[in-house]
Amino acid sequence: MVLQPSLKNCLWLSCILRTTKAGFRNTAGGALIIQSVSNDVYQNLAVEDWIHDHMDLEKRQVLFLWRNSPAVVIGRHQNPWQECNLRLLRQKNIKLARRRSGGGTVYHDLGNINLTFFTTRKKYERMENLKLVVKALKALRPQLNVHVTDRYDILLDRHYKISGTAAKLGRTSAYHHCTLLCNADKFVLSSVLKSPYKGLKSNATPSVPASVKNLFEEDPSLTSEMLLDAIVKEYATQHQIEHHITLINPADETLLPGINNKTKELQAWEWVYGKTPKFSISTCLNMAYKDSVLDVKVNMDVKHGRIEVCNIDLPEQWLPPALYSKLVKGLTGSKFCPNETTTLVTTLLRVCPQDDELHSRWNLLCENMIMLM
Amino acid sequence: VCIHRVRSCSSIRFIKSKYVCVFDKSALKFSHQQRLFRTSAVSCGQIVQFKLSDIGEGITEVTVKEWYIKEGDSVSQFDSICEVQSDKASVTITSRYDGVIRKLHYSIDDIAFVGKPLVDIEIDASKGVASEEDVVETPPMSHDEHTHQEIKGHKTLATPAVRRLAMENNIKLSEVVGTGKDNRILKEDILNYLAKQTGAILPPSPKAEIIPPLPKSETVPAAPKDKARKIPVPVSRPIVFSGKDKTEPVTGFQKAMVKTMSAALKIPHFGYCDEIDLTQLVQLREELKPLAESRGVKLSFMPFFIKAASLGLLQYPILNASLDENCQNVTYKASHNIGVAMDTGQGLIVPNVKNVQVCSVFDIASELNRLQSLGSAGQLGTSDLTGGTFTLSNIGTIGGTYAKPVILPPEVAIGALGKIQVLPRYNGKGEVVKAQIMNVSWSADHRIIDGATMARFSNLWKSYLENPASMLLDLK
Repeated sequence: MVLQPSLKNCLWLSCILRTTKAGFRNTAGGALIIQSVSNDVYQNLAVEDWIHDHMDLEKRQVLFLWRNSPAVVIGRHQNPWQECNLRLLRQKNIKLARRRSGGGTVYHDLGNINLTFFTTRKKYERMENLKLVVKALKALRPQLNVHVTDRYDILLDRHYKISGTAAKLGRTSAYHHCTLLCNADKFVLSSVLKSPYKGLKSNATPSVPASVKNLFEEDPSLTSEMLLDAIVKEYATQHQIEHHITLINPADETLLPGINNKTKELQAWEWVYGKTPKFSISTCLNMAYKDSVLDVKVNMDVKHGRIEVCNIDLPEQWLPPALYSKLVKGLTGSKFCPNETTTLVTTLLRVCPQDDELHSRWNLLCENMIMLM
Repeated sequence: VCIHRVRSCSSIRFIKSKYVCVFDKSALKFSHQQRLFRTSAVSCGQIVQFKLSDIGEGITEVTVKEWYIKEGDSVSQFDSICEVQSDKASVTITSRYDGVIRKLHYSIDDIAFVGKPLVDIEIDASKGVASEEDVVETPPMSHDEHTHQEIKGHKTLATPAVRRLAMENNIKLSEVVGTGKDNRILKEDILNYLAKQTGAILPPSPKAEIIPPLPKSETVPAAPKDKARKIPVPVSRPIVFSGKDKTEPVTGFQKAMVKTMSAALKIPHFGYCDEIDLTQLVQLREELKPLAESRGVKLSFMPFFIKAASLGLLQYPILNASLDENCQNVTYKASHNIGVAMDTGQGLIVPNVKNVQVCSVFDIASELNRLQSLGSAGQLGTSDLTGGTFTLSNIGTIGGTYAKPVILPPEVAIGALGKIQVLPRYNGKGEVVKAQIMNVSWSADHRIIDGATMARFSNLWKSYLENPASMLLDLK
């Protein structure tokens, strides 16, 4: 049973969300189930942040349900270049988000449901949460062969991953979220999660690739709604609360003051790309120029998403030294981003000697460099 | 190094457990430590080793992923110190104490151990006295965020966040009335105090923006005589501003702009402006818009402006030229690659439409659509952004009439188009009619272009646009 956010409901919810130590009569019981009306990955991640920072989870735990339109979500300490095909993401207009919890990279679309279990830090217990999900699945379809591994994955038929987990712990509160593959686009999933970038060296958390399967493939009668419902039912039972879901709008600043700032922070380049741990690229560009192919070694260090050091091993005099120096100086400190680099190099070209041969060499080199990003 | 520290610490019995012990039985050794501190002018506080507390789930080691502070930084209780990761869980470690960070025990990517020191924090000695009584290690369960603060021997209760808000606004906590439990000062109390001072209603966020004093009265006086007496006098009240300057390095886009504009400065610019009557063109576009849309192309005015410019450049090719660095040679470019200035989220970019001289207005419109969608997605390629020979800037879509555009090297001319306004003008019969007027502002390189050339080019361009049918005669 889902309650629409009527005014009375909003006020009630608003009270719950703002509750501090000042006593609040426990009308909802020891837990709350909320579902986002938005499919925007940044807005939904912002809700997680908001609850983590502002809600008093002592009195009640929270289960948050959300789904996103196509997006790739990387873990807090990961390297997007290592984890996914950024070129493909840009082409297909798939969003890239960095969540605040650890763990690996996942692909979200509307065929995947996300569950976040909010508790106090003391009550943080991932295994329990996953067992709850498995119990719910088995209650819905007893013949499903699903179990939880010690890596906190849920496997179908002991082989296919249908759920991955990540968690975030703060001073007093914690959350554990996991995915559940109902009917996601596996083709897009596998193509976007394959990185084409070579020569990357980094200490970022690597993802562990796994074979995945949709629950829908196992049983075509299953839908996301049914799965959500089953999980909510189990959660409500275990927490002895009513089976009802409260809808929330992640853009509602009155209900969640400060939420829009949190959303903006999550969308910012500084967070998504700038938080990438320091990494280096050591690769070779194969540039076809006139009748020959040039092998050009490139070494770059990227810190906070910006190029810290850049070395391009060009044949002598292929570019006038002054021009090469201009290129390297321009790239240093610049974002490791194709758009920024394109603008930079094309603008630098304006103040170079106007020579067609020179321009075509410059463009060739720059286009190859941009392919690395 | 870490283990060594632990041993030396346990011998001094500096820290028995997670509790802060200031004056305990090991006072001798402690005072020895203190003596050392006293001789250094920097500080005289005690160093406390903050250990990595239990993460839960039986985890004993984590990887340090990010430090939020560095040695020498001040921290308050509950400030974030670092981010560690363990098995898909990212944990934010917050400080237990107020003080100054003196040592980080790990570097990024090191493995840190639960129960072992994470950072050394130097606690201010005077605060140390107070904390002996009041700062008790808060068990993870408790939500007691309050710290006591000694001010002039008068205990003021306030959380670190509230104290910071007060400090930022130069408020003495002793002057604020606390409305919380035990007369605790809450954030609302600070805000109320400020509101009383400035007479303004402050936004809930602690980072208050500048609030101008509210004018006394907004009512319009009835009679002119009363006006003199009823002029509202802004009451000057102390303005509260807690914003900070922000300095960032110039990189990427901005760096490129700096280079281009510095080079442009070397070009001696002259300007020439005029007014174009677009009444006929507006009508023509209205007629052609649906046809273009049926072919999947959005038709704006730009394709007409661009094509007319190209026709003009055929007659005045010097405007499509380039002067070399030493001003020795002028190169007349064969292709009319007309650039269109575009405003993106990150700044100004100028993609160009190639070979306008052989394109129809529809071709230009279709190419513009492509460039615009790539531009807004941040996916323009190098070939789209290089090779331009002449530029038009349609600043009028944002606003403005006349402008003083800056030539983009290596080009020698640029035009800025103001907004189209409906204005009264006299027609041939001396009648006042409604006309669609747009202003154009040209800038040209005076080293190789003279005013007369620019004026004639502008007139030709103007004539094509004021009487679009004339374009038909010269279209190639």
